[in-house]
Amino acid sequence: MYVYDEYDQKMVDERVAQYRDQTNRFLAGELPAEEFQHLRLRNGLYIQRLAPMLRIAVPYGLLSSKQLRKLAYITRHFDRGYAHLTTRQNVQLNWPILEEVPDILEELATVEMHAIQTSGNCIRNVTSDQYAGVAQDEIEDSRPWAEIIRQWSTFHPEFNWLPRKFKIAVTSATQDRAAVQVHDIGVRIFNNEGVTSFEILAGGGLGRTPVIAPVIKQNLEPKHLLTYLEAILRVYNRYGRRDNKYKARIKILVRAMTPEAFAEKVDAEWQTLKDGTGTLTNAEISRVKGHFTIPAYETLEDHVAEIDDRIADNSGFSNWLKQNVKPHKQPGYSIVNLALKQTGIPPGDVTDEQLETVANLADEFSFGEARVTHEQNLTLADVPKRSLFSLWQALVNAKLATPNLGLLTDIICCPGGDYCSLANAKSIPVAEAIQRQFDDLDYLHDLGDLDINISGCMNACGHHHVGNIGILGVDKKGAEFYQVSIGGSGYEDASLAKILGPSFAREEIPAVIQKLVNVHLDKREGAERFLDTYRRVGIDPYKQAVYTS
Amino acid sequence: MSQLIIDLEITADTAGPIATLEEFLAADQKPTAVLIDSDEDIESIKDFVATLSVIALNFPAFSDGRAYSSANLLRREYGYTAELRAVGDIRIDQLEQMTRCGFNAFQLAEGQNVDQGLERLQGFSFSYQPAFNREPLFRARFS
Repeated sequence: MYVYDEYDQKMVDERVAQYRDQTNRFLAGELPAEEFQHLRLRNGLYIQRLAPMLRIAVPYGLLSSKQLRKLAYITRHFDRGYAHLTTRQNVQLNWPILEEVPDILEELATVEMHAIQTSGNCIRNVTSDQYAGVAQDEIEDSRPWAEIIRQWSTFHPEFNWLPRKFKIAVTSATQDRAAVQVHDIGVRIFNNEGVTSFEILAGGGLGRTPVIAPVIKQNLEPKHLLTYLEAILRVYNRYGRRDNKYKARIKILVRAMTPEAFAEKVDAEWQTLKDGTGTLTNAEISRVKGHFTIPAYETLEDHVAEIDDRIADNSGFSNWLKQNVKPHKQPGYSIVNLALKQTGIPPGDVTDEQLETVANLADEFSFGEARVTHEQNLTLADVPKRSLFSLWQALVNAKLATPNLGLLTDIICCPGGDYCSLANAKSIPVAEAIQRQFDDLDYLHDLGDLDINISGCMNACGHHHVGNIGILGVDKKGAEFYQVSIGGSGYEDASLAKILGPSFAREEIPAVIQKLVNVHLDKREGAERFLDTYRRVGIDPYKQAVYTS
Repeated sequence: MSQLIIDLEITADTAGPIATLEEFLAADQKPTAVLIDSDEDIESIKDFVATLSVIALNFPAFSDGRAYSSANLLRREYGYTAELRAVGDIRIDQLEQMTRCGFNAFQLAEGQNVDQGLERLQGFSFSYQPAFNREPLFRARFS
């Protein structure tokens, strides 16, 4: 993984000092609250319903065991012993104290971590494929490019006061696990006979106005990546709407101008930057790529006979293997997912002890690294197959082996009204009620892949627009209601979910989901996924089942 | 005390009257100082930058970031070299970013501490991106 040099470390240390100064001036009454709000947001600190919330950046989701241990320490000493994994691969603390945030940042800086630009109207933490570097369907490792973008976007002096927040995602695999089509900018990496090129998408997003991003540039040479991004951001910074925050995202500008006119404007701007000082050098590309080398894999047989024996006499292990373990490009290795979706625990929450367990298991089985996924789970990306059974046993003991990855109960869920001051409605209890309704694992496996996404408000942090089933909390005359939509996908076959009809009371939701699932089981052909059945039969049978029975 | 910083010094304003963009464009005899608001096109003065001695860019609110792009265009694309002044809602925590976009003069908002502003003006030791008078760090790393 990327390791800071003296320059990177100095930048983060200087940021800690800068933020400490801002906090001190705020506490001394020298910095007005409305100004400090913007400054603290650029450091990921929100003031929430009950307490501040601090969002810590995890660039493209990658964490070392040392960083995991530091996060465990921070949750224990500065918070209440747990952290929350977000849909943008970050980590959130729910109960920090404003006065102690500079100390938390100082702790983070000792392990090359920070909270820079995790909120505010600036370029946010760049996200990527959680299986980068190990996926069988990958064209090229996307992490060096994500890191290059991370550095470019960090403290960018021109783009720190954009009309609205700005999110960039990078992917390089056939299966799009980074949801690039619903980001402000999506970068797709291609490689044709050893020559890398990029396809750039712009103007996608969720929130109040969900949009699938159009492609605005094809065959971009790698050295031009940053100048081209600069051109997009400059056009957006200058012409994006600032009069209405709900119309301020780049998607509104791209749509208003049309993608073609937007692309032309960006191209004209790019001509003034192209081949200038922002052009990437081969030395820099090689330097960053040098941090993402292939681990010291052993030469192993891909087939491990012991696993067959274990499967035969252990259905728990067998279920977990089938659902949570994914194929790896290196023979004899597997990608192991730790689903943080145990019923009764808010989706994506992880305790200090679990973080330390994951750190130890990463050291023992996976070259000391773990990844945060945008589905709010954790991944150990490089596990030898011969160790799978031991790892599984350790994960069971740590309550990290719930075998429901990608299934109905692997719910993506924002913190909602329990924590967030923006929310219209709670989301965590809805997730729990659904998980309790669907407690039969064999039934869930039989149902197959089914994404449920829950957002407590239109800001769509739970990405409900791209859920196979999306649930949105709405406020109806002061009461919490839930609007249900179906047919969304955030992957390479991206689509936006369609609203079924009038919203429901919270206690009705599990029964509504059950009815939708019943339609699926009734209509599905073979082992068809929920999404594919829906796409084949249309929305009407689902509507009918939910509203007429 | 003056709230104006030019080239790292607290100083009195000697620029004289500054024309609005509308006045500037209408004048036959072009003034040497012009004020441009954040929603006005910087392109309209592109051909005059060599004759200007002060360009003031207005920030109607500190959270309005458009003038940062205008500054970068003036310095890096149009080759403007004389005084580039930030006026309007100028707070000391933004001076570092303004400096890296090419501003060298700052008319601080009412109530801002000008001495604290001076201390914070230089900001970070490095810039990951190309900035005014600075190579991006990825080039500096190898030099």
